Amino acid sequence: MKVLSGSLEKIDRRETLRYLGCNPNAGAPEGVEEAIEGCERELLSAQSLKCVYDIFPVMREGGTLDLGFAKTDSRDLKKYLEGCGKIVLFAATAGAGVDRVIRRYSSLSPAKAAMCQALGAALVEEWCDRVHAMFTAEYGANTARFSCGFGDLPLTLQRDIFAALDVTRRIGVTLSDDCFMTPSKSVTAIVGIKDDI
Amino acid sequence: MTFKDKLKNSIVLLDGAMGTMLQQRGLPLGTLPEEWNLTRPEVIEDIHRQYLQSGADVIYANTFGANFLKFGERVEEVVRAGISIAKRAAGGFEQRFVALDIGSLGKLLKPLGSLGFEEAVYIFKRTICAGVSAGADLIALETMNDIYELKAAIVAAKEVCSLPVIATLVFGEDEKTMTGTSPEAAVALLEGLGVDALGINCSLAPAQMEGVVKRMCAVSSTPVIAKPNAGLPEEREGKTVYSLGAEEFARGIANLIRAGARVVGGCCGTTPEYISKIKAATAELSPVPVADKHLTVVSSYTNAVTFGGAPVLIGERINPTGKKKLKEALRSGDINYILNEALSQAEKGAHVLDVNVGLPELDEAKVLSDCVGEIQSVTDLPLQIDTSSPTAMEAAMRIYNGKPLVNSVNGKREVMDAVFPLVKKYGGCVIALTLDEDGIPPSAEGRIAIAEKIINEAKKYGIKKCDLIFDTLAMAVSADDKAALAAVEALRYIRHTLGCNTSLGVSNISFGLPNRDFINSTFFAMALANGLSAAIINPNSQEMIKTYKSFLALTGYDRGCLGYIDYASSVTSTLSQSASKVSPAAAAEGLRGVIVRGLKGAAAAQAEELLKDNAPLDVINGHIIPALDEVGQKFEHKTLFLPQLLMSAEAASAAFEVIKGRFSGASNAKKLKVVVATVRGDIHDIGKNIVKTLLENYGFAVTDLGRDVPPESVVEAVKHTGAKVVGLSALMTTTVASMAQTIELLRKNCPHVKVVAGGAVMNEEYAKAIGADIYCKDAMATVRFCEECEKNF
Repeated sequence: MKVLSGSLEKIDRRETLRYLGCNPNAGAPEGVEEAIEGCERELLSAQSLKCVYDIFPVMREGGTLDLGFAKTDSRDLKKYLEGCGKIVLFAATAGAGVDRVIRRYSSLSPAKAAMCQALGAALVEEWCDRVHAMFTAEYGANTARFSCGFGDLPLTLQRDIFAALDVTRRIGVTLSDDCFMTPSKSVTAIVGIKDDI
Repeated sequence: MTFKDKLKNSIVLLDGAMGTMLQQRGLPLGTLPEEWNLTRPEVIEDIHRQYLQSGADVIYANTFGANFLKFGERVEEVVRAGISIAKRAAGGFEQRFVALDIGSLGKLLKPLGSLGFEEAVYIFKRTICAGVSAGADLIALETMNDIYELKAAIVAAKEVCSLPVIATLVFGEDEKTMTGTSPEAAVALLEGLGVDALGINCSLAPAQMEGVVKRMCAVSSTPVIAKPNAGLPEEREGKTVYSLGAEEFARGIANLIRAGARVVGGCCGTTPEYISKIKAATAELSPVPVADKHLTVVSSYTNAVTFGGAPVLIGERINPTGKKKLKEALRSGDINYILNEALSQAEKGAHVLDVNVGLPELDEAKVLSDCVGEIQSVTDLPLQIDTSSPTAMEAAMRIYNGKPLVNSVNGKREVMDAVFPLVKKYGGCVIALTLDEDGIPPSAEGRIAIAEKIINEAKKYGIKKCDLIFDTLAMAVSADDKAALAAVEALRYIRHTLGCNTSLGVSNISFGLPNRDFINSTFFAMALANGLSAAIINPNSQEMIKTYKSFLALTGYDRGCLGYIDYASSVTSTLSQSASKVSPAAAAEGLRGVIVRGLKGAAAAQAEELLKDNAPLDVINGHIIPALDEVGQKFEHKTLFLPQLLMSAEAASAAFEVIKGRFSGASNAKKLKVVVATVRGDIHDIGKNIVKTLLENYGFAVTDLGRDVPPESVVEAVKHTGAKVVGLSALMTTTVASMAQTIELLRKNCPHVKVVAGGAVMNEEYAKAIGADIYCKDAMATVRFCEECEKNF
């Protein structure tokens, strides 16, 4: 099990616009760019990027997938992990500070709140991309990220992920009874590592 | 010897990891470690014994995660078993102590998370009561990421027992906790609550902890704890191992002791071997004495503010006395107005914000603690809890996230009897007014005598002199021409001879005089020169800030006068700006144009201009409404997107504010009333807030119940306001059920109300299934629906 931390210097503008429901190809609409820049500065100074991950073996028993930390009957995940003998399981977060900025604006400025939401989502995704690239460098070819709630993989698997990676203790992300994470800009995912051919 | 004696006289050696040891002994992944208290007690006892043999003075019982959330009604059984095992193990050794070990509940507290403060206190109390009755010697609160949760645990402990409490937080390499707390802010809060030792555990290796340990020791008058991990987790042959060996770890611990730590042990990855090595490596070391730092300090959840250096500015704007708009905001529950006041004072340079909500018709305890919670969710400045009601004071101090400043106590017996126990229990600095049963003494000597009386009385409660900040009372100089001198003389004596910090509500001095700022700023300068540590002022007053900035430059608090230069040049630039408020480009566009473009400042200025020659209603109907319609249509046709829609809405609000401020009764008010809420269990409110903003733009009277709202409250609000439309929002699939419950209850109690359902998980089908009248896909759709309802009103 390893814990990583990091920080980003900017947040992908195209992704941000996409989350905001704008057409990313058209660029930021007039007046919006400036406001997004202000929010971006605040989020970047509030970010506290953390990640915890570990490697688990994949065993197949009939229709069931044994991931070492939990078993699941998810067909979608099974299909996804074809040709993978191991997975990287990780949890990543942009930190509580980002939620605080969003919270501050949610009552004061709906426009800024929406922008911070979008920026926060883009921030944690980009952090996941970084971490993922590192997995690729370390473990070789692998799959895209697969998270609870995708396809038929149940959200309740989050509980097992949290126990397996000791997520709350390692990176400060907590899980509600409904399997929602706080800080909200957090991700857990499975990356399948391809067997050497 | 008790634990407290041991702590006073020597280095205390804690044990090492329990989890690491249990994994070695085959604890399966997914099994709660505390289960073994019941099923494998012999393994737990053996691990304790190994730690005792390696020299640990204190063993942490296997109760880290034994709480109601994880074990439900079995919690007491699991905790009692854990303590009994540890006591059995310690029985064969001399002078060893058993700690009831308590970790994080694994849920974040409000406002970031969903767990309520009192809920957390209750959950901790159940664990603590069980541990105390089973015979624990002390309580060890550890591995906390959130200092607010730690506060809940300490309050719980103090309310059910008198055992010693030691408390540690997790810090990152950036020397902050996960929720942003600095070591200084942590010390302020924890010392305020009266813990017996405080510090850091988990996450870092000994060497990485040195920075935090040193920063804590520099400000702490309480012993400091360091309980690091055995380095960083690494993978070797498919197993997680830690990077530091026992020898190296012990050398690191010895360094931490030299840096000032007095309570040491090991966290993740450490074993009995590590503890014996610490024992050997530190045998020759003597602990650094804990000196009383005599610091006057208050804190928020992130930052500490210290009194006695550069004078502290306390923003006075959140106090309804003489402020009509704030009174209205408090009566109508318009929290946004208050939050804006908080943020603008923070922007203007206030270091602490005063919060006073005393209006006779309000439930002050509730409103004050609600406001404190809300303000803390938007700013990280420490707050001054300002009330004459001990009930309100206690409610607010209890839920305050940090060490608060409290305003105020005075020399009256009754007031001291009520306020000092609260300051002792919750920790805080308190403003002490130099008046008593006989009123305010006219002379400086009389005020000094009261100050001395207050110091002595506080001492009886164990409240230190440094936690008292004396206000020598600026009275109107128009009524008594010696008033300023009496206040300043008393102030000088208290600061320099009694050695206490001081504060003044500066602006009282000019009461009854014209151009009050002239007198205020000069009096402020006099007081500063005579030892004023803090001032309650209006940070928007240029005269006051001018005096303050100049004083800092003149007294060496502003290196190279950089702060002054910065300020002085910003003042010139705002002066030239205000000469022409509306830029020529914006003027050409007109109010409608700037609203469409979402320019908030320009919209306000334009509205102001238009009002000079136009009736308020004409400005609304001729400019604002057409602008909103244009934007709304563009949004519906997808030629303009959410951010622009919202920015226009905010610009329109800014224009409305100007109009409302100038002419009462002017509005585009509609008859239809709307109640909006995010349903119970859901804490996502951005969508709901967007709907509210737009509805208000269009003139609907909106009652916003906030988030996580129980069905009963929605019904109550509909009855109370006579609303014809209710907007309910849910973002999570799991909370659709509580939306259905809310609708059901509404149907029963308010059969005529129309229900709009919205939110990320909603769609036509769902909305129909749970009995809503309509599904609205976005805020504009909701506006259109309400407009229809208004027509049929």
